[in-house]
Amino acid sequence: MSYNLSNLLYLITIVAFVLALRFLSSPAHARRGNQIGAAGMILAIVVTWLKVGSTSWWAIALAMLIGGSFGAVAARRVRMTAMPQMVALFNGVGGGAAALIALAELHRVLPPPGAPKVDISLGIVLSALIGSISFSGSMVAFAKLQELIGGRPITYAGQQFVNGALFIGALGCGIALVGGVQDEWLLWVTIAASLLFGVLFVLPIGGADMPVVISLLNAFTGIAVALGGFELENNLLIVAGMLVGASGTLMMARAMNRSVANVLFGAFGQVTAEAAAVAAGDGGTVRSASAEDVAVMLAYAHKVVFVPGYGLAVAQAQHDVRQLADLLEEKGVEVSYAIHPVAGRMPGHMNVLLAEANVPYPQLKEMDDANPEFSRTDVAVVVGANDVVNPDARANRSSPIYGMPILDVDDAQAVVVLKRSMNPGFAGIENPLFYNPKTVMLFGDAKESIMKLVADVKNL
Amino acid sequence: MSHDTLLVFEVTILVLAIFLGVEVISKVPTLLHTPLMSGTNAIHGVVIVGAMIVLGQPDKSAFTWIVGFAAVVLASANVVGGFVVTDRMLEMFKSRERPKKPDGT
Repeated sequence: MSYNLSNLLYLITIVAFVLALRFLSSPAHARRGNQIGAAGMILAIVVTWLKVGSTSWWAIALAMLIGGSFGAVAARRVRMTAMPQMVALFNGVGGGAAALIALAELHRVLPPPGAPKVDISLGIVLSALIGSISFSGSMVAFAKLQELIGGRPITYAGQQFVNGALFIGALGCGIALVGGVQDEWLLWVTIAASLLFGVLFVLPIGGADMPVVISLLNAFTGIAVALGGFELENNLLIVAGMLVGASGTLMMARAMNRSVANVLFGAFGQVTAEAAAVAAGDGGTVRSASAEDVAVMLAYAHKVVFVPGYGLAVAQAQHDVRQLADLLEEKGVEVSYAIHPVAGRMPGHMNVLLAEANVPYPQLKEMDDANPEFSRTDVAVVVGANDVVNPDARANRSSPIYGMPILDVDDAQAVVVLKRSMNPGFAGIENPLFYNPKTVMLFGDAKESIMKLVADVKNL
Repeated sequence: MSHDTLLVFEVTILVLAIFLGVEVISKVPTLLHTPLMSGTNAIHGVVIVGAMIVLGQPDKSAFTWIVGFAAVVLASANVVGGFVVTDRMLEMFKSRERPKKPDGT
C-alpha cells in the first residue's frame, strides 16, 4: 500500500478516535463512540498489515493473538471495583510497547554511516525514557491498588536525591545519544534508569493520590506513543498519542487542586507530627449510633444525600445503597448522591460503580453542584468515604491534604458516617469530621450496615 | 518531501492535536471520567501500529525480532483490554429505564 493511501486511511482512524472522545460528552452516546473508536483501531491495524505486507505475518498474528487474548480475558473478568488497577495495567503495557519500539528503532538507525537525524534520535530517547517510566510506574500503581504492596507511602532518607540522580542519569545518556555518541548501550542505561525511576517515583505516593498518578501515567504513555510517531514518521501515532497525552494531563489537573510538583515530590500522605497533633487535639468524643436510630433519622428527613467512597466499593454495597435510596424515595424523601471527583481510586470511579447498581445518573451530583445543597440537607450519609469529606482539607494548613477540594458534608443538619472502625483512611490521615458533634458513627461493614438500615426503614 | 518539511508538518499536527485533545476532553462530564480514562487508554493502544511496523521489517536481526514481537504482544493487550473494559463500563450507563415512582407517595 502506498505511503499516501495509508496516511489517508490513517486519517479516518484519527477522525474515529476524535469522535470516540467527543461522544463521551453524554452517557447516551458514549458506548457508540467507543465502538467507533474500536472500528477505527481495526482499520488502522488492517492498513498497517497491508503496508507491512507478507514479512513475518505469522509472527505478527501470533503476537497479536497472545496479547489480545490476555487483554480480552483480563478485561472480561475484572470486577468494577478493580477497574483502576486494570487501567493501570493496560496503560503500563502500552508504555512498555513504546519503549521497546524505541529500542528496536535505535538498533535499526544506528549502524549505518552518519548519525541519525536529531529529531529521530530525540524521539527515540524521549519515547524510551517516558515509556519506561510509564511501564514501571504503572506496574507499581497496579501492585499498590491490587494491594500486593502496601497503599501507604513508602519513604526513605535521600529519596528525592536518588530520584533526581536517576532521572538526570537517564536524561544525560539520552542527550549523549542525541548529541552524536553512537553507542547502543547508552539507551539501555536510559531505559534501566527510567524503569527504576518509575518504580521509585510511584512508591512514595500515597493511596489518596492514586487517581492523579493514574491520570499522569496515562498522559505519559500517550506522549511516549506520540514521540514514537516521530521515530517512525507516522502521523497516526503522533495525533492519537498526543490526544491522550493532552487529555491525561488535563484530567490530572482537574482531579486535584494541587500542583503536579506537589503530588510527585511531596511524599503525600506522610502524616506530619504537627498534623497528627492538631487532629488529636481537637479530638473530643465520637458518638456511635444503632441502625434503628439512623433509620429513623433517614425516614423522617426531607432530603438525604449519600456520599459514597471506596469503602462502599470494596464492600460491594452499591446495590444495597440503591435499595435503601428507593425505599426512602417511596417515603417521600428527596435522595441524591454527592460524588467527589476522586472518590474511589480513579477519577469518576464511583459513577461507574453506581451506574452498575442502576442508580439513575441524574441523581448523581458532581461536587460543585452538591456542595451548595448540603446546607439544606437533613442527613448526609457518608458510606466508606474518608479523605474526600475531611474538613482538614479546608482548615488545617499542616494537613497533607490541605487545599484539596472536599464535599462539605459538615454543612448538613446531621452527618451519619458508616465505617468499619476508627482506622484512618487509605491516605492514613485523621479526620476531625468524626469528632464533630453533628456526626454519628455507624460502625460495621458497609454492606451489612446498609442492609440493616433497609430492614429497619421497612419496619417503620 | 524533504525530511525537514516533513518534520515541520509533524510538529504542526502535534501542536494541533494538543489543542484538539484539550477541547474535546473538556466537554466530558465528571460522570464519565473513568470511561474517558480507559477510553484514552485504549486509544494509545494505537502503538500497535508502530509495533507491527517494527516486527514487519524485512531482513531484521534476531534482536529486532524479539523486541518487535514483545512490543506487538504488549500493544495488543493494551488495545483489546482497553476497548473491552471501556465497553463494559459504558454498557452500564446505557438506556436504563427506572420504574416511575407511583404518584402521591
